[in-house]
Amino acid sequence: MRPFVYTRAEDVRGAVHGAASIGKTPPTAAPAQFIAGGTQMLDLMKLDTLQPEVLIDINGVPGHSAIEVTAQGLRLGAFVRMADLAAHSEVQKQYPVIAETMSMAASAQLRQMATLAGNMLQRTRCQYFRDPSWASCNKRAPGTGCAALEGVNRKHAVLGVGDKCIAEYGGDFGQALVALGAEIETARDGGGRKIPFEQLHTGPDDPHRETVLLPGELITAITVPSGPWTRRSTYVKVRDRESYAYGLATAAVALDQRNGVVSEARIGLGAVSYKPFRPHAAETFLRGKRLDQATATAAARIAFHGATTRPDNQYKVDLGQRTLVRALMQASVMEI
Amino acid sequence: MSPSNGPTVNRRSMLSGTAVAAAFAPLAAKAQPTPAAPPPPDPRRSVPVSLTINGRNHSLSLDNRTTLLDTLRTHLGLTGSKKGCDHGQCGACSVLIDGKPALACLTLAVMVRGPVTTVEGLAQPDGTLHPMQQAFIDQDAFQCGYCTPGQIVSAVACVQSGHAKDAATIREYMSGNLCRCAAYPHIVAAIEQARPLMQKMEG
Repeated sequence: MRPFVYTRAEDVRGAVHGAASIGKTPPTAAPAQFIAGGTQMLDLMKLDTLQPEVLIDINGVPGHSAIEVTAQGLRLGAFVRMADLAAHSEVQKQYPVIAETMSMAASAQLRQMATLAGNMLQRTRCQYFRDPSWASCNKRAPGTGCAALEGVNRKHAVLGVGDKCIAEYGGDFGQALVALGAEIETARDGGGRKIPFEQLHTGPDDPHRETVLLPGELITAITVPSGPWTRRSTYVKVRDRESYAYGLATAAVALDQRNGVVSEARIGLGAVSYKPFRPHAAETFLRGKRLDQATATAAARIAFHGATTRPDNQYKVDLGQRTLVRALMQASVMEI
Repeated sequence: MSPSNGPTVNRRSMLSGTAVAAAFAPLAAKAQPTPAAPPPPDPRRSVPVSLTINGRNHSLSLDNRTTLLDTLRTHLGLTGSKKGCDHGQCGACSVLIDGKPALACLTLAVMVRGPVTTVEGLAQPDGTLHPMQQAFIDQDAFQCGYCTPGQIVSAVACVQSGHAKDAATIREYMSGNLCRCAAYPHIVAAIEQARPLMQKMEG
């Protein structure tokens, strides 16, 4: 690990001021990085994938760690630990898809350490990104190419990819957030802002820049609007082993269903996509339809329209569609 | 500083460092009476670290890159916590911080704020083993033993956090602790043996 200067921020203002005065490049490569759980930052620093010069420890910043369930929706402090959200009984009841994405992610130790904001910003597991001994990675070193295009790409994305990067989004929480229309709140020197979660992550044309966040901008909260669909919601994660593994295909769904007819459907896909992916056309197709195997399969086909495959990940189109069908059918029969 | 309120500087003097310094020095001194900013901190300098491990306080001076795991093993002689992958993937380094499970290899010592419990801190001062340690022996829940300290620490957290309801929830909670000898069925049995004893201890 390369040497770095370690500082502790006492409050949000101090944290963002400290980072803004150092940062110039996109936050992914900024010399100053926030550290909370550290589960990914230290992993990537040991691999020499990330080389921050300054670490700003935000664990001592008070607040931003509450879970509030109100009539308007769910408000989550950015520093909430994953384990605490997974175990929250009201969230389990009113937003089951969120609790499930938390409990199916990582391991007990990692869930206890990692924060919600860190989780949603997690980097891809693409081995060509993680291992700097590969010269070609547009995400790690802009303009160097993409070793995954012709390499081992069994786990890579098929939706929303480009010819510069096919890295998959490995997170789980993001799929629930994109499906439920969540918003994030940020703080930064000179004022924070609200960003729809669906617009937080950027596309594969500029893989080095992963989000619209600016250097020194810190996520402080996540809000999820309430809706008649949040209770009938679930998450299906298909992976190589039953626990403690990244998804190969994942689907978060939420349904508002009256007498078997869908009045609103929300879908978030991950592991098959470059970023948390919301297939709006599939949602529109389901509205007004009776949900059964045939309509669910048709919706899944729409969701994967335009998928771009590589030799090792062709299976993801079929697996991803089946994963979505299963999630829709499971949500449909939930007792709420 | 905008050109309008600064001294007139022509291109030739701008190109000469000494001229620029001469032209700006008095102004800078007037605008900023405080002394020049201190040099940037040296990232290689050791930093003071205070830790409470198994109830004992330790004051150390460490390179801030030192993980909690390396601090335990090489600075404090507490070699119970093991280094398996050093990337948070195997669980051999599991410890409790504030009573909650954490990976010591992905924790910088300088970041630790709460008390730390390692496998060495589980037994009674008189040497009586923790019920979970005894259960691992009784159930033959290890073969080579390398992952065992991490398994035992996670198993304690598993029971304490209420995730030892049945074999399925135990397996799910313990999935972050890999055992290359595959002693998994016996580890589950050990946790089931220790669970009522731990609940009696706490109750």
